[in-house]
Amino acid sequence: MAYFSQQLINAVTLGAIYGLIAIGYTMVYGIIGMINFAHGEVFMIGAFISLIGFLICAALGISSVPVSIVLVLLMAMAFTAVYGWTIERTAYRPLRGSFKLAPLISAIGVSILLQNYVQLAQGARPKPGGQIVQGGFTLFSADGFDVRVTWLQIIIWVVTVALMAGFSWLIAATPLGRQQRACEQDMKMAALLGVNVDRTISLTFVMGAALAAVAGMMFLMYYGVVDFFIGFLAGLKAFTAAVLGGIGSLPGAMLGGLLIGLIEVFWAGYFSSEYKDVAAFAILVLVLIFRPSGLLGRPEIEKV
Amino acid sequence: MEARLPSMLKDAAMTALVAAALGIFIVGFRTYDVGKGLTFDFQFVELGIAVVTIFFGRLGLQLASVGLKWPAFLLGTVLGAIGAAPLRLPSTFLHWFIVLAGVLIVLRTIWPWANETMASVRQSPRGAAYGRYFAKWFGAGLLALAILMPFAPFADQKTMDLAVLILTYVMLGWGLNIVVGLAGLLDLGYVAFYAVGAYSYALLSTQYGLGFWSVLPLAGMMAAAFGLMLGFPVLRLRGDYLAIVTMGFGEIIRLVLLNWVDLSNGPAGIGSIPGPTLFGAVFAETAPAGKQTFAEMTGIPFSSNQRLIYLYYIILMLALVTNFFTQRVRRLPVGRAWEALREDETACKALGINPTNTKLTAFAVGAMFAGFAGSFFAAKQRFISPESFTFIESAIILAIVVLGGMGSQIGVVLAAVLLIGLPEWFRDLGAYRMVVFGLAMVLIMVFRPRGLIAHREPSVRLHPVRAGP
Repeated sequence: MAYFSQQLINAVTLGAIYGLIAIGYTMVYGIIGMINFAHGEVFMIGAFISLIGFLICAALGISSVPVSIVLVLLMAMAFTAVYGWTIERTAYRPLRGSFKLAPLISAIGVSILLQNYVQLAQGARPKPGGQIVQGGFTLFSADGFDVRVTWLQIIIWVVTVALMAGFSWLIAATPLGRQQRACEQDMKMAALLGVNVDRTISLTFVMGAALAAVAGMMFLMYYGVVDFFIGFLAGLKAFTAAVLGGIGSLPGAMLGGLLIGLIEVFWAGYFSSEYKDVAAFAILVLVLIFRPSGLLGRPEIEKV
Repeated sequence: MEARLPSMLKDAAMTALVAAALGIFIVGFRTYDVGKGLTFDFQFVELGIAVVTIFFGRLGLQLASVGLKWPAFLLGTVLGAIGAAPLRLPSTFLHWFIVLAGVLIVLRTIWPWANETMASVRQSPRGAAYGRYFAKWFGAGLLALAILMPFAPFADQKTMDLAVLILTYVMLGWGLNIVVGLAGLLDLGYVAFYAVGAYSYALLSTQYGLGFWSVLPLAGMMAAAFGLMLGFPVLRLRGDYLAIVTMGFGEIIRLVLLNWVDLSNGPAGIGSIPGPTLFGAVFAETAPAGKQTFAEMTGIPFSSNQRLIYLYYIILMLALVTNFFTQRVRRLPVGRAWEALREDETACKALGINPTNTKLTAFAVGAMFAGFAGSFFAAKQRFISPESFTFIESAIILAIVVLGGMGSQIGVVLAAVLLIGLPEWFRDLGAYRMVVFGLAMVLIMVFRPRGLIAHREPSVRLHPVRAGP
């Protein structure tokens, strides 16, 4: 029971990170119907910017942990958002209306480009990020096993929940959210009614990238090490999460993220850690076969 | 014109600003390990030079796009000259970067002019006749060159090695072309079937002593079976789901090979795989018991090059079989159904084509050729490990198909020579190879989505074209 609880706590933390990345996939898919293959790389860039941000904070002599976390968070979100914006502007926007595989191939190109760009600029070796937040407390003990919650895990939960709430509000109650939902339903009609479609799509990418940056920072603090290749696996799993929850649905992305976190952690905890990634992919295939619209998604109606 | 200059300057400045924002952390601070921690130094000079280059590059492109040919040309030439000049820049990469910016501007400047000239030449009767002539004989000439190549004076060991490598990618490209180019299914896990073929041969030959030629069809069948197994559940899905699932599958195969040590020997790989034989004769200085060497059989004195030449002809033949198969199958109902499905799935359904089964055949056939290529790879390398079958391989093969122009057979050859050959010849560019790959994929999609060889003869015409005037 204690072991189970501990795994549950770890799984929820991991799931929160996946969920944050999955939102980026699901929003972009919802609005322009493409899989933003490079999103995993945006997450990786966010992690690297956070890493460098923490180093800069340390060099500037900012010793207060909360201050440096907030500073780095804002910095990472802002500068990763520039990446999101640039990718959309240069690699996807010119392809709207091209043949159907074109944006996907372009996205793979962006993904390869970003990976190798970071590898060239920062080196291929894994970068240790150090432990920024340490300590925790024991929740309860049973069977001679302490169930611990670290402060870091609590920070991750709080930030994720706060962002989710803020984000749902943004989509539900602001003019921007309204425009976004309008574009999702019918881009042409929205444009006719005076919605700036290009700007709305750009902002969608910016928001997705900012959330991915938060996930990148969490990943850095949680695992303590990043390299240029983390975006590949994390991106695939977050995409799985988005599909599992029903692509296009925001709560679905979060739910899917949690489920993928649970599956991965429990698989590693009870079966074998070598095959935990295989388990995640197997889930993806199974979901696509039996319920392609996901848990919370609406079935897609094909129009000719 | 004067009125536009401030806005162009502003645009270039904005571009430079965005570039600075993109680069400030990733390029501006370089992290490195010191003992147990991490530290960084500044690279702001490099970043600054790059940003200034981007400013002038964008300005030049703007000038060219409004038709100010000469200022743009001048700017491009100056940038190229600065890059090529023996200045003491902080890194050689910056030299390349500046030269590239200059070349881009010059290209952009002369592009409309070159395009117009080409078009007018193509439309003139003589130009059209030359074009047809060229198209007709280009493939044949290339084939003759490929057959005669091992006997050319420049064919030393290094060149032959490279030729075998390029041909392997040509074959993989042609195989993937069936899936991506003809059937329009984006397969990002093609290397998985390559791996299946390679491990089939490696295991069957080292464990059961089977020879290359008997395993070759088996390996193809194995790969095709895997293709069916994977394709059956997922081919009913939309194209972009298929892409992700195939990519996931490629990773699964690699992870299984890595972790299932009893079967695949894990990360250590499988070694001492026998090479292919010619009518039972082995290509080695001394034959194992019960076999004879090629030298003994034919009386030609032994040379280490013979093995390489033999391998070269095997892969050439395999590649040509792939090509021939594709050319022929496009005229069959199933090949036409593939192309029709690529164009409009709903219409195909309405006409009674079963999309899932048709896609499945394309997927399995593509996988089969990957299996052939894989078993050749194992026989050539004599050692395989999961390292050789990463996602990057799939991406390279896909890049070859996309760059060549999806569905174009000769385009794949050109792209393979370009993408595999050039980086091998210019070794010092190796580190930037993948960056260029990624960039090329994006640029091709943006500027030339139909690839290098954009024109392709339709398989079927409603009204046969008459001969030219």
